[in-house]
Amino acid sequence: MSSTDFLMIVPGSPALSMLIWMMVAVIMLYLARSPAHRAITSLSRVVQNAMRLASKSVLLGEKSLVQRNKEVLVAAGRESAERLIEREFHRVNAVVQRDLSGYPALQRTLSDQITRIDEDYIESAELPPPPPTWVAAVETISKVRSKSDPTVANILKEIEKTSNRQYRETVDEYRKSMGERHAILSKMVPYWRNLTQTLDEVGKKIGGLQERAQVIDNKMEEYEAIRTKTNEAERTLTSSSMTQFVISGFALLIAFGGAIINFNLIALPMSEMVGGGSYIGPFKTSNVAALVIILVEVAMGLYLMESLRITKLFPIIGSMDDRLRTRMIWVTFTILLILAGVESALAFMRDRIAADMQALRHSLAAAQVSGPVNSWIPTVGQMVMGFILPFALTFVAIPLESFVQASRTVMGAVMAGLLRALAFLLRLFGNIVGYMGEFLVNVYDLIIFPPLWVEKLIRDRAQQAHYKPAKGDDVI
Amino acid sequence: MKKKAIIPILLSIGVWLTGCADTTSRTKGVYMLLDTSGTYKNELDKARSIIYYLLGTLEPGDTLGVARIDTGSFSEKDLIAKDTFDRRPSVSNSQKRLFRETIEQFVSTAKSSPYTDITGGILQAVEYLNETGAGNKYVLVFSDLKEDLRKGYIRDFPIEMSDVNVIALNVTKLRTDNIDPREYMDRLAYWEKRTVDAGGTWRVMNDLERLDTLLAG
Repeated sequence: MSSTDFLMIVPGSPALSMLIWMMVAVIMLYLARSPAHRAITSLSRVVQNAMRLASKSVLLGEKSLVQRNKEVLVAAGRESAERLIEREFHRVNAVVQRDLSGYPALQRTLSDQITRIDEDYIESAELPPPPPTWVAAVETISKVRSKSDPTVANILKEIEKTSNRQYRETVDEYRKSMGERHAILSKMVPYWRNLTQTLDEVGKKIGGLQERAQVIDNKMEEYEAIRTKTNEAERTLTSSSMTQFVISGFALLIAFGGAIINFNLIALPMSEMVGGGSYIGPFKTSNVAALVIILVEVAMGLYLMESLRITKLFPIIGSMDDRLRTRMIWVTFTILLILAGVESALAFMRDRIAADMQALRHSLAAAQVSGPVNSWIPTVGQMVMGFILPFALTFVAIPLESFVQASRTVMGAVMAGLLRALAFLLRLFGNIVGYMGEFLVNVYDLIIFPPLWVEKLIRDRAQQAHYKPAKGDDVI
Repeated sequence: MKKKAIIPILLSIGVWLTGCADTTSRTKGVYMLLDTSGTYKNELDKARSIIYYLLGTLEPGDTLGVARIDTGSFSEKDLIAKDTFDRRPSVSNSQKRLFRETIEQFVSTAKSSPYTDITGGILQAVEYLNETGAGNKYVLVFSDLKEDLRKGYIRDFPIEMSDVNVIALNVTKLRTDNIDPREYMDRLAYWEKRTVDAGGTWRVMNDLERLDTLLAG
């Protein structure tokens, strides 16, 4: 007996059988209505509550992540501000050591110059001409009445002549004296200029120091804002971090391009050294060797930058003893220099191998080989590039540090965003399941609407019977 | 704590590197058979350009052998030139130059053979390629695929050509093929069946302008 036969209640009439089964099903569903409603509702609530809880816990995780991001951001900002302030103090220190250490000498110079000017000034003071001693005698004689006496007239004439001569001599002497004073005063001019210049220099230095002090004040204000974790400081740091992320990412892309050029420059000649047909995994050994050389160069560049305290990726290097650090600078620089030399030689070899291959291909194609024009230009160009690129790659350390630091913040922000989105989706899913439960309950009732309708009719009649007034009730 | 973390990282790197130690040979071994029978000898100029193409394409570490198909080809005597190119490109280039000279000399002095022992040539090629240990083996048959064995030569037995790619080049149509093209089709089908039954792969390339796809795949 197959299942179809089993379902066929009325043989030969599948429609009737189906109708009977449907009625049976509706009746069964009607009987199980209350527990079914409870099951659907409870299941939807369980899912909804679970989703809500999950959403809450995700939001909590997001909050703690945001908090951690903020702390990382503030720590990075604080460190950056500290470095900037430290640098400003170093600059001030340098200015003070360079300029103000010579201040006593400057003061002595100024004092000497002032003394000289003072002395010259005293020397140049105008001395009144000595009053002529004979003025009183002239006055007396001038009162003598002598117009009629020729002797007196002669004497007076002589006196006049003498007086005029004396006057001219006095004027000449006065002019000479004035000339000497002017000469002394003109000798003072360079001293004045020196004095002015010296004072200007002092003014500039003091002005520079004032500017530095202003910068330090601003930085200190920023530092204070970061330390107190103000929202504005956080926003500024976040924005700065995003900018750093983009810029350093761009710089790293450029460096990556340089590394690819470098790789192509040395991959072919490396096959001459390590063999062209051997493989490490799916990669040619020569390519891996070229890549290793480039990576070693980048690593040496990182160590060099660390040793120079330009970057702070490896605190252990930065905190080394100065002597050891200097030694490390020289060691890394020497290795870089050797690698640059090796690359330059490899670039030369590449040019030769490429030329040889080209010649072979020409001979195989039976083509006329034209003589190379200025063939030394690409050779030298490749050699120079081979020498320069390792040093250029050294500077990758700077954008790399910025990228690593900025990516912490950026990745944190991205993760926080993802968590927020996840929390929203969980909540949304929970709510959808909740409403779906209600919807299913209604659909359930819709399926069993005939018995429900009958039930309602019966109930209504029962209520009407219950509230139907007894005979005589309306008679008061 | 950091030291503890470093040890598993180093171990993982070690395991990864060990996993990378791929022992599969990626070198190519190419053996080209040149039919010198009858009028097909006139096609040798085309064969030369194919060999030159191979010389320009094969990389250091690859192997190239060129042999003629004559009355009895299952013999080292028919080998015109063979070489496994050095892993250093400069040495490899010198080897290719010598190879080219040998081929040039052969093409200018080649004599027509009365019989065509293709099976013997293929057997010789497979044997040679297996000895080289090349990862990818190619047998290029530059012939019209019309086998013509001398009386007494036995070649109708199954041959073993596992992992060998057989490529028939410049399979020219004979006069009889023009009368009944089924002969040509049957000839191709016969060699394809023999190759596939022997565990190899079969390909026909008559358009010599598309040599760049010769060793692809």
